[in-house]
Amino acid sequence: MRRIITMTVNNRPGVLNRITGLFTKRHYNIESITVGHTEIEGISRMTFVVNVDDERTAEQIIKQLNKQIDVLKVNDITDQAIVARELALIKVAAPPAVRQEIYTLIEPFRASIVDVSKDSLVIQVTGEPEKVEALIELLRPYGIKEVARTGTTAFTRGAQKATTNQKTAFII
Amino acid sequence: MAKMKVEEQEKAKTKARMSGSLMLIEALKAEKVEVIFGYPGGAVLPLYDELYKAGVFHVLTRHEQGAIHAAEGYARISGKPGVVIATSGPGATNIVTGLTDAMMDSLPLVVFTGQVATSVIGSDAFQEADVVGITMPITKHNYQVRDISELPRIIKEAFHIATTGRPGPVLIDIPKDITTAEGEFDYDQDVHLPGYQPTTQPNHWQIRRLVEAVSQSKRPVILAGAGILHANASNELRQYAEQQNIPVIHTLLGLGGFPADHPLFLGMAGMHGTYTANMALCECDLLINIGARFDDRVTGNLKYFAPKATVAHIDIDPAEIGKNVPTKIPIVSDAKAALQELIAQQGKPADTAAWLAQLDEWKRRFPLHYEPEAGTIKPQKLIEMIYEMTNGEAIVTTDVGQHQMWAAQYYKFNRPHRWVTSGGLGTMGFGLPAAIGAQLADRSATVVSIVGDGGFQMTFQELSVIQELRLPIKIVIVNNQALGMVRQWQELFYDKRYSHSLIPNQPDFVKLAEAYGMPGLRAKTEAEAAEVLKQAFAMDGPVLLDFHVRADENVYPMVAPGKGLHEMVGVKACEESSR
Repeated sequence: MRRIITMTVNNRPGVLNRITGLFTKRHYNIESITVGHTEIEGISRMTFVVNVDDERTAEQIIKQLNKQIDVLKVNDITDQAIVARELALIKVAAPPAVRQEIYTLIEPFRASIVDVSKDSLVIQVTGEPEKVEALIELLRPYGIKEVARTGTTAFTRGAQKATTNQKTAFII
Repeated sequence: MAKMKVEEQEKAKTKARMSGSLMLIEALKAEKVEVIFGYPGGAVLPLYDELYKAGVFHVLTRHEQGAIHAAEGYARISGKPGVVIATSGPGATNIVTGLTDAMMDSLPLVVFTGQVATSVIGSDAFQEADVVGITMPITKHNYQVRDISELPRIIKEAFHIATTGRPGPVLIDIPKDITTAEGEFDYDQDVHLPGYQPTTQPNHWQIRRLVEAVSQSKRPVILAGAGILHANASNELRQYAEQQNIPVIHTLLGLGGFPADHPLFLGMAGMHGTYTANMALCECDLLINIGARFDDRVTGNLKYFAPKATVAHIDIDPAEIGKNVPTKIPIVSDAKAALQELIAQQGKPADTAAWLAQLDEWKRRFPLHYEPEAGTIKPQKLIEMIYEMTNGEAIVTTDVGQHQMWAAQYYKFNRPHRWVTSGGLGTMGFGLPAAIGAQLADRSATVVSIVGDGGFQMTFQELSVIQELRLPIKIVIVNNQALGMVRQWQELFYDKRYSHSLIPNQPDFVKLAEAYGMPGLRAKTEAEAAEVLKQAFAMDGPVLLDFHVRADENVYPMVAPGKGLHEMVGVKACEESSR
């Protein structure tokens, strides 16, 4: 099962190493990581997408992350109302004959062309990972030369539905 | 007025400008550190210069591994953090085993390693190693000091982290230029760690659930681990068990937390646990784990572990709860606080009369067992003789392997903080240096270091320290000229192909002791052993005893790897008539 875990951490040397080392040590499989500054100086935010076998493993991940001294807060937000976004740059083969077709194709995705050369285009797309995935699949027949994806970054929406089944990792 | 003045002076002193090395010395004084275990080298020369001037008690072990195991022994007995200093590069990498050992067994250590100067870090300088990187997964936390202004805060945090919550080792890597740089020393600041707030008080709702579960259970059992010892909760454990009539089982590391001669004690659980303890775990309807982590050596195959039980788990580390065994009643707490709360609740005791009768029957019919044989030394008999000789009062340290299991089985610990062994990591070479720390933590105690001939040869250079400090440690080598536990597994599971486990080519351990300046004695029969022990315990100083035991003796009972606790082999029913 796929879990989206967000956390805030002290922006100290080695903190990313600490977290990824923990994932390696305990055999957790990371799909993506994003890291960046938050609104508070000295505090960074990380978003992980991990693949785990069961809920128990997901719970263990949260608990092990919580044990790290530099980790301030950990949340598994998978089952909450969230905003999850990813950015991808896709370099696709685009001889003049198919350019117009590609322009039309990407339009519903609200993607944009950020670089044009003689025989290729670079398309930038932002959105939920599934949307990014869908666009890449659509463009594949034209010949994808390169893809760069940022990985998912996410947080919870301002308002949570009352019925949201928020999983309490652990009752202390 | 005069008092005010003194306080002001004190405050001024703690804010004085000084070198990083001196800061370290001052911080150690503020933390009331009595002894440092260490080994000098290039990167820590400025620090050792200050140690020299300050006259701090420092034990120079003969290898850094010895230093850190000694610090572990000290921490285990004293309950205070063990302090270690090692130099950069090889000095630091030599303590990796000890750090891992302390991490696994939750021992508080504060370890200082030297590092090359900040200007050359990352250039593969002489004796440079990425110690923070190497030790990240084997410490509770670690630091590299990057600026002198951080040093006091970091040291204070390190002691706090090492000794609170679930204890563990904390490492501080200090580049050489930081030790000579000057800065302001302020050690009065409060520790501010928003990401580290251990829960020490139990949740009342969960406590009530446990009280309710106990009152309804018919076959409850307590599995008590080293958490009892870390929390100094032996008295509370006993009080609770007696109040509620619940029998108690110990893990290897928990031994001594509950008196071994108590009628409610069932022995040690696990791979070499007693029949009664393991069967109680299989048959219980309520399992209360207090401060143990359901290690695989305790549970055997999880599929068959405590199949009939509701599991309650009291642990200070929330990550241990539900990690290996699904837990119905989770209680994140210090063991002492939880037990006090449980006692105060005065819940209706479980009706355990029939259960206790069943357990007593098992205890009587299936006790620990070995065949006596007078012409040789049975290792089990040897441990019993040591037990009798020391009235069960000694501090016992061990290595890892057969002798460790026999010591755990046959030395009946009635008091806490008498048992020093490497549990989680299973570190050979642990016992001898750990005995040094244990003796320094309790100078008046009789310390017996029970080691195998294999493990002893990994760290015996520390005999120098024992002799130098005249520590009256009785070193007992259970000599079977083999790596006994490896040999046992090869006998049982590898068709007796003794691949590299037999080591008949040994030094003369008696002469070795003499070379280090201490007496050595040897025994090959039970009668000789009795005589040798009598002599040894009459001596004031250290002595090494080489006991040639039955080499083909195996540790039983045994739960083979992958088996459930009910599938013990080597259990022998006691004949009614012989009782």
